[in-house]
Amino acid sequence: MRRPAAAAGLLVGTLLLAACGGGSGDPAASVPAPPSAAPVTITVFAAASLTGTFTRLGEQFEARTPGVRVTFSFAGSSDLASQVLAGAPADVFASADQANMAKVAELTAGRPVDFATNVLEIATPPGNPARITSLADLARPGLDVVVCAPQVPCGAAASTVEAAAGVDLRPVSEESSVTDVLGKVTSGEADAGLVYATDVAGAGDAVTGVTFPESAGAVNTYPVAALSGSAHPGAAAAFRDFVTSPEGRATLAAAGFGAPGS
Amino acid sequence: MRSAPRGAEGSALPRWVFAPAALGALLVVVPLVAVVLRVDWPDFVALVTSESSVAALRLSLRTATASTVACVVLGVPLALVLARSSLPGLRALRAVVLLPLVLPPVVGGLALLYAVGRQGVLGPPLEALGIRVAFTTAAVVLAQTFVSLPFLVVSVEGALRTAGRRYEAVAASLGAAPSRVLLRVTLPLVLPGLAAGVVLAFARSLGEFGATLTVAGSLQGVTRTLPLEIYLQRETDPDAAVALSLVLVVVAAVVVVGVHGRRGAGPGTR
Repeated sequence: MRRPAAAAGLLVGTLLLAACGGGSGDPAASVPAPPSAAPVTITVFAAASLTGTFTRLGEQFEARTPGVRVTFSFAGSSDLASQVLAGAPADVFASADQANMAKVAELTAGRPVDFATNVLEIATPPGNPARITSLADLARPGLDVVVCAPQVPCGAAASTVEAAAGVDLRPVSEESSVTDVLGKVTSGEADAGLVYATDVAGAGDAVTGVTFPESAGAVNTYPVAALSGSAHPGAAAAFRDFVTSPEGRATLAAAGFGAPGS
Repeated sequence: MRSAPRGAEGSALPRWVFAPAALGALLVVVPLVAVVLRVDWPDFVALVTSESSVAALRLSLRTATASTVACVVLGVPLALVLARSSLPGLRALRAVVLLPLVLPPVVGGLALLYAVGRQGVLGPPLEALGIRVAFTTAAVVLAQTFVSLPFLVVSVEGALRTAGRRYEAVAASLGAAPSRVLLRVTLPLVLPGLAAGVVLAFARSLGEFGATLTVAGSLQGVTRTLPLEIYLQRETDPDAAVALSLVLVVVAAVVVVGVHGRRGAGPGTR
């Protein structure tokens, strides 16, 4: 009776060891590679609204900076700021607002640089079947309007433009992320949603965008900073500079972002 | 609770089992303790009694109760069919019914959206009847029922199989009609299993997040249940999120203890 138990114990022990071995990474990673050939990998934490644009910027950056690879972690700015504060291995942080960049002010290498702006836009199903032409139209009875909750940046912006325009929206849902708002519009559940101009641009034919002048009252400014904890400060600074370069600006503009200070 | 023979079995366990078992227990205990440590105790009451917190808690209790009732009404007959009937395709039916157990809730939410959403399969007919599901409390209940139903079906079906058919056969041989056998013999026998299923379904409904977010949206007092409120508060008020998390942990603990107590006491459970 003892032998099977011992054999099972050995098996479990081996499996555990194997699992632990796998967890510590491949052996090659611990061997210092020769400096010239070593591809440096930097990790960029970027706001979810930058997903498409930064992926493109990363490819452009890698193409013109041999030996540097860029990996991304895209999430809500407040999540990313929390992770940076908790010691996450990030080299660059790009936030969708100033507030979350301010949270990590102690951890940036150099001052954060504003690189883009974003404004709200009305997203409607393709062809704008409800014929919405202004922010005030969203208050029409019978329209199912979805916005972000005031706790998240896009919702704070929505509250600001509502107040500025003197419009009182009665949304059927206050989502916790702008992608959820867009999803409710693209799935046809909502008649309209307040999202960012870049979301409308990124959604292509899935939605029709309606701009409104009051959006100028709530402009989101995106700052980017290299982080002082980076193991590759040179590469991190280079990526930050690339984002704010004319080439970076052009890519951002193509995605619907505005230029800061304009 | 534990009977003596079980204790004797326990002593025969090989010792090495205890190390991974302890690790497994720690994996659950440490994060829960971490939540308790993180709670802002001086402001705890204020945080969990804020208007939005109370609205979320009330909505969660209401919807979880409603979906649990729906699970019983739909799940008990389903379990009876799965355990006692000889319809063709029962195995496929069981697999489909249990699918929400392993599906990511977001997938469930999308599936519900394509079923009852405005653009969904049943959307236009429902709209013709003047029924809107999306963005309503009904959508929350629907999502919770979808994810909780398998828990109830599994519990009741297991209890039915354990209970066997002997008493039913005897009752039938004494001339009891099928409905009478069902109500007077079968259901009383599986009551402990049903109770366990009810508690599990309620707990799963209370914790529902992904499907609700996808199909119901998030509006205070209408569709924003406690998990959605926690997720939202986390953005600006982590202290409130942690305090509400603890409330949910406590409710879950009460529920689990409830199930466990019944399992120990009840004869008909697995």
